[in-house]
Amino acid sequence: MDATAIFFWLLAALAVAGALLVVITPHIVHAAVGLILALSAVAGLFFLAGAEFLGAMQIMIYVGGTVVLLAFGVMLTARLTFVRMRTTADQWVIAILLAAPLAIILLQSAWAYGHLRSAQVSSETRSMEAEAVSATDLGLALVGVRPQVDGASGSDPRSASNHATMEGYILPFELVSVHLLVVMIGAAYLARRRME
Amino acid sequence: MNEIVGQWIQTTASGGWLIIIGVALLQVAVLLAVVMTLVAAATWAERKVAGRIQDRLGPTRVGGRFGWLQPVADGLKLLTKEDIIPLNADRILFRIAPYLAFAPAFAVFMAMPFSDGWVAQRLNTAAFFILAVLGLEVFGIILAGYASGSKWSFLGSMREAAQVVSYEVPLTFAALIPILLAGTMDLVAIGEAQRGWFWNWFVFHDPFTFVAFWIFVTCAVAGTNRAPFDLAEAESELVAGFHTEYSGFRWSVFYMGEYAAMAAVSGLGAILFLGGWNGPIPLASILGLTDAVGPWAGFFGHFLGAINFLLKCVIGILFMMALRWTLPRLRIDQILSMCWKYCFPLTALCLIGVTIWMLAFPDGVLGIGHPKTETTDFIVHVVKSMAEH
Repeated sequence: MDATAIFFWLLAALAVAGALLVVITPHIVHAAVGLILALSAVAGLFFLAGAEFLGAMQIMIYVGGTVVLLAFGVMLTARLTFVRMRTTADQWVIAILLAAPLAIILLQSAWAYGHLRSAQVSSETRSMEAEAVSATDLGLALVGVRPQVDGASGSDPRSASNHATMEGYILPFELVSVHLLVVMIGAAYLARRRME
Repeated sequence: MNEIVGQWIQTTASGGWLIIIGVALLQVAVLLAVVMTLVAAATWAERKVAGRIQDRLGPTRVGGRFGWLQPVADGLKLLTKEDIIPLNADRILFRIAPYLAFAPAFAVFMAMPFSDGWVAQRLNTAAFFILAVLGLEVFGIILAGYASGSKWSFLGSMREAAQVVSYEVPLTFAALIPILLAGTMDLVAIGEAQRGWFWNWFVFHDPFTFVAFWIFVTCAVAGTNRAPFDLAEAESELVAGFHTEYSGFRWSVFYMGEYAAMAAVSGLGAILFLGGWNGPIPLASILGLTDAVGPWAGFFGHFLGAINFLLKCVIGILFMMALRWTLPRLRIDQILSMCWKYCFPLTALCLIGVTIWMLAFPDGVLGIGHPKTETTDFIVHVVKSMAEH
């Protein structure tokens, strides 16, 4: 049992507890708080795994995004003091039918890789962590530049396998931005129509 | 700091999870001490600044001539006050809200370098991490307003939500400009890129960064919910806004969170625009206090840097205080239109301007260029070769 394992189980327990709170509580703002807890714990897991950029992204997009959710939840329930939502039996049935297959798939994939669970953090993996792709490289790859691939020496195995995608990720990046733009214009249009 | 403490402990004992947790606790204790000292000093300074601006003396009695023990007296008073939870309140959320407001403001100091390499946890994306975590402070305030079960608190927290969600956008854009110049989000590397004399600071890099710095200051003041942007507490309209129903220790936790956030944004601004731990004159390198000379010389050089950084933080906090007691409060529509109609377009313009400036004058103008990092060199090289094709 080392520090990584202790913090992993701590954060994992927090994430599960938060998720359970979201599902169980009848109170909409309590559910939002549970969501914050679960998403923050997942961000903590990312930091624990050394994926700082992903962890910060998780905080910025998911945890930060729940600010708006929380604000709306509070605003919608402001008139009736502390409104409670009742979940009926048929809703439980539909939810379980939808969630059970996903849970089975996730559990199966979690147990399928036994060697990952018993992985030892050796000094070798530590040094690999230090040489991991930095956020600068990721950002450059998103705008279509792959410095490690372009200026790599022949001995690097990563450069040989990545030769096919030398142009980086500019196409998916641009597609996502266009998609977001369409969503934003649609939201603005709908909001305006209702106000008139 | 991590490495120094880690090395010291490794010499006394072999590895193990107790040691890692021990080192972490030590770092938290050091950070908490520094931040709490800053907060205590800030509460005293706020009273003094307010007094002087209003032609009063401020506190003069507690602890001698300047009333410098006032924070201790304040703290004792707050601890002994009756702790009230209103009948209409949501008891659980009411209890955790102050801590949710304070924790993010303190957590950002984990990634904040106090001097070259003196950082609890050096993150590759420290600037991004700090901006993301600072944005979480609003949770505590919304929850406090909601859980109090009071209309004043509720109105205050709704205003806060609208304001903070809006101002995060230009704040992030303004912070993007120094990140672009340094080519990295690592705050240690950003500080290193501004070493040397004060004209190497990013705020003096070109006209666009100078404008971006002032927008950053505006948005930072708005983001920390300080006057003239303190609509969430607007005591002339909303009694005390989101903390109307709070008293005693819980109220003081909100107060600590506000001052810790002020220190955090001042520190972030100091590193991004004002050279971080690099003084206006490179004293450390002139006196030969670098790591190359010896470990003790390096230590004193870093120590000088930490003093520089803390001085810049304090100047930032004092500036925000002077602003609070000088300017009248804005209306909510004025605040939002200022964000979206002025701050945001201006930062977008500055961002485009800086990229063009980097391409047009890669070596700076008038023979003054800041020491460039490898990444910026590489990006300029790539963009130029793409333009040629």
